Amino acid sequence: MTTTYEKPPATEVGVLGWLKKNLFSTWYDILLTTGSLVFIYGVLREIIEWAIIKATFSTEPGACKEAKAAAAAAGQTAGACWSVVITNIKVFMSGRYPTEEVWRIWASLGIVAALAVLTWWIWRSQNMEESRRWVVIGWLLSLPVIAILLSGFSEESEILPLVATELWSGLLLTIVLATVGIVASFPLGVLLALGRRSELPAIKVFCTMYIELIRGVPLITVLFMSQLLLPIFLPPQIRFGTVVRALVGMTLFSAAYSAENIRGGLAAIPIGQYEAAKAVGLNNLLMIALIILPQAIQKVIPAIVGQFISLFKDTTLVVIIGLLDLLGVAKAVTSQHDFIGLHKEAYLFVALMFFILCYAMSYGSRRLEVAMGVGER
Amino acid sequence: MTHSSSTYSAARHGAVPFWRDIRVLRVIAQIVFVIVVLALGAWLLGNYRSWLAERNLTFSYRFLRLEASFDLAEGIPFKPTDSYARAFLVGVVNTIRVASVGIVFATLLGLVTGVARLSRNWLVSHIASVYIEIIRNTPLLVQLFFLYFAVILKLPNLKVKDEITAITLPGPTYLSNRGLAMPWPRPSEAFESWWPFLIVALVVAVVLLILRTRGVQRTGRPSFSFLWVVLAFFAIPAIGWLVVQGKPLVLDVPVIKGLKAQGGTTLSPEYVALTLGLVVYTGAFIAEVVRAGILAVPKGQAEAARAQGFTEMQILRLIVLPQALRVIIPPLISQYLNLTKNSSLAIGIGFLDLYAVARTMLNQSGRVVEVFLMIMAAYLSTSLFISLIMNVVNRRIQIVER
Repeated sequence: MTTTYEKPPATEVGVLGWLKKNLFSTWYDILLTTGSLVFIYGVLREIIEWAIIKATFSTEPGACKEAKAAAAAAGQTAGACWSVVITNIKVFMSGRYPTEEVWRIWASLGIVAALAVLTWWIWRSQNMEESRRWVVIGWLLSLPVIAILLSGFSEESEILPLVATELWSGLLLTIVLATVGIVASFPLGVLLALGRRSELPAIKVFCTMYIELIRGVPLITVLFMSQLLLPIFLPPQIRFGTVVRALVGMTLFSAAYSAENIRGGLAAIPIGQYEAAKAVGLNNLLMIALIILPQAIQKVIPAIVGQFISLFKDTTLVVIIGLLDLLGVAKAVTSQHDFIGLHKEAYLFVALMFFILCYAMSYGSRRLEVAMGVGER
Repeated sequence: MTHSSSTYSAARHGAVPFWRDIRVLRVIAQIVFVIVVLALGAWLLGNYRSWLAERNLTFSYRFLRLEASFDLAEGIPFKPTDSYARAFLVGVVNTIRVASVGIVFATLLGLVTGVARLSRNWLVSHIASVYIEIIRNTPLLVQLFFLYFAVILKLPNLKVKDEITAITLPGPTYLSNRGLAMPWPRPSEAFESWWPFLIVALVVAVVLLILRTRGVQRTGRPSFSFLWVVLAFFAIPAIGWLVVQGKPLVLDVPVIKGLKAQGGTTLSPEYVALTLGLVVYTGAFIAEVVRAGILAVPKGQAEAARAQGFTEMQILRLIVLPQALRVIIPPLISQYLNLTKNSSLAIGIGFLDLYAVARTMLNQSGRVVEVFLMIMAAYLSTSLFISLIMNVVNRRIQIVER
């Protein structure tokens, strides 16, 4: 007896099957698909026409005006004028940082990249558990090294002349603000989180009030506080520059959010860990420092990355207090005579920069979560 | 609490000197902490005092009654002779105008996008996720700047040489770089005899809602309770409309006179940009909240309902959404709070919200600390108010659910 198998109908498998299942399964599905296709076509055509086909890439002064006049003569709308971005790319990246010192930014980037590659390599190989601590120490050391590299020693210094923080701008400032904000807020956040979980009412009330107060108001009010109230509440001998004051504001703000993240990690530590630490004779301080915190921090790394991403986006608020971060540069550039009115190009470029960086970070954090087994119990 | 047993037994033996007694140490630790905090506070306050003394100022709110002498062209009427207090009120009202409208539309957008993200249609779900990823990975302020400077201010003029150049939508609604002018109902003389009908309608609708909900809970029979409520809410004022002499509400239509639109209502370009920006931004976050909430409902629930012959719409309305809401509400509250706090970015595009007005007050009066405390108080009470309302809603949903 022979059994004949009929092949499944061509409309159920392969490309056709996929199309039918995902795009044309019911009549309203067909309607939705058609609508979406029209929508995508319309949007993509507009964008590609404006940004590429009709766009002017020439950096010659006046090239955009000619293109605009030509388009107007033909009764069409002009495309993008990318000269605003191309001409000012250095300004967008490092702003007013002295040109002859830009190598220091590259060197800092090199340090970070080298450390990143080293970390990835050591974490990948099985038999290098011992070296991991050196990588952590390396990361911790890189922060002051980069800080010194970027700011320099003093005006007279031969090797690394001082670059005032007021000159830090563009993407550099954005990254510095976000990094310092998250790094400096971390120890503060640990203290606040421990304080909020403390059994001592005075400390608990103080920490809870701080956290809730900061989380209840917008970042801009905290920046406002650091800009205007700091000089009032500190004696006249202590004065900081605008950038440092913005950093203080970012740190105070970010600390409240760090504290809540770390508190989440602390809450996830089983009580047995505390009891075991007590049983081997550790005092409170050692128990927290050696047993509880390392585990808690490891648990909240993805949450901290998430916080870093949102802080990274929030740094744009310093534009409102007059600093020149990536967005501030775009705002300043578009008010120059040569590039006036080119808001669309400049802001789209800024948005694209943020999108690439944030998307990469959130992609990395998702990979990290998988690698660390967060969410798998 | 983990120390109590050991401390207790040790204390009973009388062997623990007070400097090692944990109960004493705790009190001492707190006293030291309070003293440090107070000392720090006193130091800061002392610096503030000498700052005040240098400028011959005192901490006081009396300036609020003084004439503001600046103009505010947004929101409730304000003229330069009005007081600082009134100026602050204008700012608070403007923030509420943005936040309330923003919350409603962001919720709708988030709901639609969240459901679209889960659509079985591949294209629809991917369009939704592209929108969500783009919005969530770019800063709100960049989006607002783009929307305001690159889109809204680049709209055509309202009028060029006696010719209307604004984008004209049915209504007529004029969209131009001067903002959005649209028709708006205006109460006429007959409104006075008509408004009691509105109140009756509201009462009847609420009573009906309660009765019908109880009926459904008692009998378990499906009923279009919501439809009845809506019907009652609209039918009673409609009857009133016929009974009352003349039209109680007149549709006020914008007319372009000179270089401005008159009549109807005009939303300023700043208001349009800010509200639209906040809606688009928060909508993407709410979409993710909605998606997570729907995914949290076990698949079996929808499958069981499908097996019992519910339609897809009924499954969503009666089975999935009520259970998803339980998961959705808490993160939704924090999104509403975020929207309200983010409305402070208004100052970046020149909308006169509470923060922007406060900054102007500060520049005029020089009362830094006083104004700062007012800003803090305003935001904290708004946050508190929203979370209070939403907690009540949350509690109701939890009870209905179980």
